[in-house]
Amino acid sequence: MTTTTTTRPRRRVRLDSTVIVYIALVVVIVIGAILVNTVGRNFFSLGSIRDILTGMSVLGLVAVGQTVVILTGSLDLSVPYVISLSSLIAAETMRGNPNNIAQGVLFALAFAAVVGLANGLVVTKLKVNGFIATLGVGLIVKGYLDTNYQGSAGSVPAEFQFIGATGIGPVPISTIIMLALATVVFLFLKKTRTGHHIYAVGGSVEVSRLSGLRTARPVIFAHVICSVMAGLAGLLLASRLGVGSPTVGSQGGYDLLSIAAVVLGGTLLGGGRGSIWGTIGGVAIFAVLDSVMSAIQFNPFLKDVVRGVVIVAAVAIYTGRGLERRRTRFATKEVKR
Amino acid sequence: MTAPILEARGMSKSFYGVEVLRDVSLELAAGSVHALVGENGAGKSTLMKILAGVYQRDAGQVLFDGAEVDFTHPIQAMRAGLATVFQEFNLLPERTVAENIFLGREPRRAGFVDTRGMANATASLLGELGIDFIDSNARVASLSVAEQQIVEITKALSFDARVIQMDEPTAALADHEVELLHSIIGRLKARGVAILYVSHRLKEVFDLCDTLTVLKDGALVWSGPTSEVTHDSLVRMMVGRAISTYFPPALGTTTVGDARLTISGGGNGYVDGIDLEVRAGEIVGVAGLQGAGRTELAEAIFGAVPFTRGTVTLDGRPVRLRSARRAVKEGIALITEDRKAQGLALQQSVIDNTLLVIRGVFASRTRTVRREAPGILSSLEVSFRGLDQEVQFLSGGNQQKVVLTKWLATKPRVVLLDEPTRGIDVGAKVAVYQLMRELANQGVAILMVSSELPEIIGMSDRILVMHGGRIAAELEPGSSEEAILAAATGTIAGSREDAA
Repeated sequence: MTTTTTTRPRRRVRLDSTVIVYIALVVVIVIGAILVNTVGRNFFSLGSIRDILTGMSVLGLVAVGQTVVILTGSLDLSVPYVISLSSLIAAETMRGNPNNIAQGVLFALAFAAVVGLANGLVVTKLKVNGFIATLGVGLIVKGYLDTNYQGSAGSVPAEFQFIGATGIGPVPISTIIMLALATVVFLFLKKTRTGHHIYAVGGSVEVSRLSGLRTARPVIFAHVICSVMAGLAGLLLASRLGVGSPTVGSQGGYDLLSIAAVVLGGTLLGGGRGSIWGTIGGVAIFAVLDSVMSAIQFNPFLKDVVRGVVIVAAVAIYTGRGLERRRTRFATKEVKR
Repeated sequence: MTAPILEARGMSKSFYGVEVLRDVSLELAAGSVHALVGENGAGKSTLMKILAGVYQRDAGQVLFDGAEVDFTHPIQAMRAGLATVFQEFNLLPERTVAENIFLGREPRRAGFVDTRGMANATASLLGELGIDFIDSNARVASLSVAEQQIVEITKALSFDARVIQMDEPTAALADHEVELLHSIIGRLKARGVAILYVSHRLKEVFDLCDTLTVLKDGALVWSGPTSEVTHDSLVRMMVGRAISTYFPPALGTTTVGDARLTISGGGNGYVDGIDLEVRAGEIVGVAGLQGAGRTELAEAIFGAVPFTRGTVTLDGRPVRLRSARRAVKEGIALITEDRKAQGLALQQSVIDNTLLVIRGVFASRTRTVRREAPGILSSLEVSFRGLDQEVQFLSGGNQQKVVLTKWLATKPRVVLLDEPTRGIDVGAKVAVYQLMRELANQGVAILMVSSELPEIIGMSDRILVMHGGRIAAELEPGSSEEAILAAATGTIAGSREDAA
C-alpha cells in the first residue's frame, strides 16, 4: 500500500504569462533600439531611459490598482476622474504652503478611497456590472469637476514638486515610488487572506461562496485599492504640474490605457488569473513604444495604430494559449500505421 | 455494533410539487462504505445534496454523531465533518492545490498567509492518502480529472471529515485511476471515515461497499449488507418496473431503407474506432454511462468537435463535416443535451428561436419557413401565448418542442438527439417519441443518445452501447436493461470486440 505505482501524467509545458510579457518587452526594446539607432540617436542614453521610466510611473500606479480590480472580475472606468479631482484636492489644500502637504495628501487619498468604496458597494450590493457601476460613479465625479472647475486650480509647494522632478541617477523618484507600491500590492495579493480571496472570487464566485467566503469583501477592497492608486497618480501629476487640473486624468486616457496595460500583462479580463509584475511589464512595453516613436518622430496618428496592434496581438496570443481544452482520451491526429 | 455516525430518517423532498424523495432512511457506520444505487432520477443526488446542506429537506431528521443537525449551507456540513465530492468539482482551476484546499481558512503566521506551511500541510494530507505525485503548488488546471478528484478528497480530509459523500466518483476515470481511488477509499476506511458512495457501476458496488441502499423513483427499495444481494437481484431491484407502454410501435409497417449515415474508423480526442451505420427510417439508440463518450460521438458527427480520422458517408457520398455549419448544410441536426445553454436563445422569442438555424444557414428560405413555422409548432402541440413570447417562459417540454421545430425547419436527413426527454413531463415525452417515430417513417435516420434505459429499449431499432470512448457492443432491439448495463460497465466483452 505504501508504493502507489501511478505513472505521472504528461503535463504540457506552459510558459508563465509574466515570462512571455518580459520576453515581449525585450523584443520591443531590441527592435526599438535598432530603429532609434537608424535615426542616429542612442536608445540607451540616460535621458531616454529617464523618459521611459518617467512615462511608466503614473500609468504604472493606475495599472497596478486596475490589476487588482480586474483580478476580482470587475473593472474601473472612474480612474481618470479620480486622478483629476485628487490632483485638485491636493493642490487646493496645500495652497503652496509646505506645512499643508500631509493634509493635502491625506484629503486626496481619503476622497479616492470613498470613491473606491462607492464603486465596490455598487458592484457588490446593488449587483451592477463593474463596467456600468464605475462608469456611473466616474460620470458623477466628472460632473462635479465640469461644473466647479474651468481650469487648473490651487498650487503645490516646491517641496512637493520635488517628488516629480528629481531622481537617483536616471531613475526618477516617482518611478521608485510606483515600483515600491507595486511590490506592496504584490505582497498583499500573495501574502494576505484578502489577497488570496481576490483571486478566488475572480476565479469563481460560486466556488468561493461554497467555501464559506464573504464574496463581497474582496471586491470592495479591490475597488478601494484601485481608487487609492489612482489618487496617488493624481498626487504625482499635481507634483509634476505644480497645480491641480480637472482634465489631467481624462487627457491621459488612463482608464482604457490602464486596462490595456493590465491585459497586455497577461491578466485575464474575466478575473482569477494575473500578476502585478505582468502589468508592470505591460506598462513598460507601452512606455518603450512611446519613447521609440517620439525618438524616430513617428507620425502621431500611427502611434495609436501601433499601440492598438500591440494590444490586439497580445490578447490574441494569450487567448490562443489560454484555452483550456477538455482532456482528450485518444490521440487527436491521424494515427500513422 | 456501534451507533451509526450518520443516520437519516424519513427524508422527503419535492420540487415544484413533484416528489423526488419519499420517506427515505439511511444509516452509515464509521469505517465502512455504503453504496447508494438506483437509476437516473431515483433520488440519489437529491438525498446527497440534502445531507450536504445544498438542499433543505421537506420532512425527516438527520442525526450526525448522535446529535440532530440541520445544515443550511454546504460549508456548515463541511465544518461539522460531513464533506461531499460532487461530480462538478468545486475547485478554482487557476489556483494551486494548496490554495484550493485551504481556501477561506488559509493558515497565517504574523498576520500573513503562511504559504510554505500551507504547502507542507497539503503535502502531508496527500501523504496520508498515499499520494506523492501531486505537487501542492501545482495549478489545479494542470491536473487530470482523477488528480482533481483527489484534491477534493484531500480537502474533505483537511476538514477532518468523518463522513465523505462521493457522487459517481469513477464516472470520468480511466481503469487504473479507479484502482487508485479505491485504494484511497481503503485508507479512508482505515481512518474510520464513513463513505456514502453513489455509483452506476455495480461491479464497484460489490468490490467496494459493505452495505447498500437501493432507491427507485424517490423511494427506498432495500437496504442492507452487500453480501445479501447478488448482481441479478440488485439489478431487478433497481429496474423493477415494466417498460412503459407509451412508446410508439417500432418499425412496424415501414421498411428500413439504405444506409444514410455511415462512419468507419471515426475518431478524435474523445472517441475512437467508431464504426456505425444508421439507415433511413431507423432509430439507433446509444447507451452508456456518464463519460462513456456518447455526447462526444454526437458532437463529432455534427462537426462541433469534428472527427480527425476515419470517413463519414452520407447517402453513399463521402463528406467531410469539419464544422457544425457544414453538417447543417448536409442535412444533419443535433438536438443537444443542454437545452437552455446550447439549444435556445432564452431571451429571444419563439419565432426567433424557430428561425435560428434557417436564418443562419439557409437564409434564402427564411420567408417560407416563417410562414410554415406556426403550423409545425401547432402540430407539435406547443403551447405558447404568441410567436413573440420569450422561450424562457415556456415549460421544459414546450422548450424542447421549439428546439425540435427549429431543426425540423431545416428538413434534416439525419437527426441526432442527445437526451431528448431530459427534464420534460410525461406528456411531452410521449409527443417527442411519436415525433421521432414519425420522422423515421418519413425516411430520416435517427441516432438517439440517452441515459434512460427504458427509453433506449422502448425506442431503438438497434442499440449501441459505448464504454470508454468506443462502441463496446451492439445489441438487438428489446435487449434487457441488465444486458445493456453489463456492456456499459465493461463487465462483458462486447460483441464488437469478439467480432474484431
